[in-house]
Amino acid sequence: MSTGAVPHSGTEVDRNQELIPRYSMGERVNHWLGAFSYIYLLMTGLAFWSPYLFWLAVIVGGGPTARFMHPWLGLIFTASLFWTFKEWHQDMQVDAGDRAWAKAMPDYIQNQDDKLPPVGRFNFGQKLFFWGIFYSVILLLLSGVVLWYTETLPWSLRFVRYAAILVHASVAMITIGLFLIHVYMSAVLEEGSFGSMVHGTVTRAWAWTFHRNWYYEVTGRSQPKP
Amino acid sequence: MSQASTEIIRISGHAGSVPGAGLNREFQVCKLVDTTTCIGCKACEVACLEWNGNQFSETTFDNSYQTMPETAWNYWNLIKFNEHEREDGSMMLLMRKDQCMHCEDPGCLAACPADAAIVQYANGIVDFQEANCIGCGYCMTGCPFNIPKFSPAARKVFKCTLCNDRVSVGLEPACIKACPTGCLHFGTKSEMKELAETRAEQLREVSGFADAGVYDPAGVGGTHVIYVLHDAKNPELYGGLPKDPHIPYSVWLWKKPLKWLGNLAMVGGLVGLAWHYMRYGPKKVEPIPPEEQRRP
Repeated sequence: MSTGAVPHSGTEVDRNQELIPRYSMGERVNHWLGAFSYIYLLMTGLAFWSPYLFWLAVIVGGGPTARFMHPWLGLIFTASLFWTFKEWHQDMQVDAGDRAWAKAMPDYIQNQDDKLPPVGRFNFGQKLFFWGIFYSVILLLLSGVVLWYTETLPWSLRFVRYAAILVHASVAMITIGLFLIHVYMSAVLEEGSFGSMVHGTVTRAWAWTFHRNWYYEVTGRSQPKP
Repeated sequence: MSQASTEIIRISGHAGSVPGAGLNREFQVCKLVDTTTCIGCKACEVACLEWNGNQFSETTFDNSYQTMPETAWNYWNLIKFNEHEREDGSMMLLMRKDQCMHCEDPGCLAACPADAAIVQYANGIVDFQEANCIGCGYCMTGCPFNIPKFSPAARKVFKCTLCNDRVSVGLEPACIKACPTGCLHFGTKSEMKELAETRAEQLREVSGFADAGVYDPAGVGGTHVIYVLHDAKNPELYGGLPKDPHIPYSVWLWKKPLKWLGNLAMVGGLVGLAWHYMRYGPKKVEPIPPEEQRRP
């Protein structure tokens, strides 16, 4: 802590706990719509995946209901993701800074965040998550429609069914991996992240710590010369 | 099996042969369809509808004897007609009664995710329990014979039961009972196989069908519906009977390696995240240094 001479007159103000907006109400509502539809899809999907997990379908209304609702919730999840794409795809573009950050990812994993280059609104990991889910949703939608209306496919096109079951299950597995990491990092690992998606705000200190370039951007402060 | 206690192998202090020794109770049932003596009368179709309480479906005319292109959720037994032109230019009407084959290794059952929606009995019958069916349609993907059919109204899948309700009380299936030419037979698997081979041999040696044979495909472990064909080398001619049916490779990939890989990855991922938290802990917010706060 610096206790040296204060260059300005008056008392020094600690602005660490001041709140700055990070997610709009629309972004948050959309996020939780996507989140809850994904959790339903995950539970029912896992029920169809393994007999040992079939009870997951039972607790959300039973097998036939799960089979009926799963595609509709899939459409809601897809809509949520497409809206997210519309809102965020600019912020999610991978740039030169991300490549430097990607090289330093082991430091990020070992919580040595001070060794990382400063990042904007989203870091490279968040961008990977976003694009992973976005392309997965497209594949899940295409294969999902085939599984939804399997009976309408003529027998001569049965290879489409064969492809769809494999694509749907494999891509779902990829999304589960991304989902686990996402939930862990935002709800458990990183202080203040979960709250930001509930209240929409973060403290200035949070922005300074995790998204320094974004901090300069939203607070209108100049970036220090390197 | 309880019945095995009625079979005698050895008797103590007994002179002479053992009564009933070598007696073999066979529980595997089989339907034999001899396509060479079928006249395409469709009595089996009617009997199937009547016994199972299904309605007559609307027919579609396609300039042949074919009443509809394939079986339906409420039409489990359909004769497939093929006006086949032989090499010498003559026409041969090939007729095959299409229904569930009751595979020894059923693809529908392998693909089904619903608890007890499909059961295979010791006698070989593969039966759908619609009360447990969730209507996902995976069985339609798993079946190599295009048999399970989805009812949009019931949102469940239906197919031939091999008249399990009749067989279980000692009756033969309804289609067998209705056949006027005797081209349909019902009995144990070994009896039917023997009868089929005898007929095939007769066709080869007496009737001049050099390629006559029995269709009991090994790819699905054999079936509990077998056919005698004039041309066993080209089963496709008989309304698209697959030459080498087996559970689709993608269903196998999905249910075996992918499932284990996926389960391992999911459990591994959870363990990995828990380990990460214990090893590295939370990411804490750092306060902005005062000199940075002071900087314009």
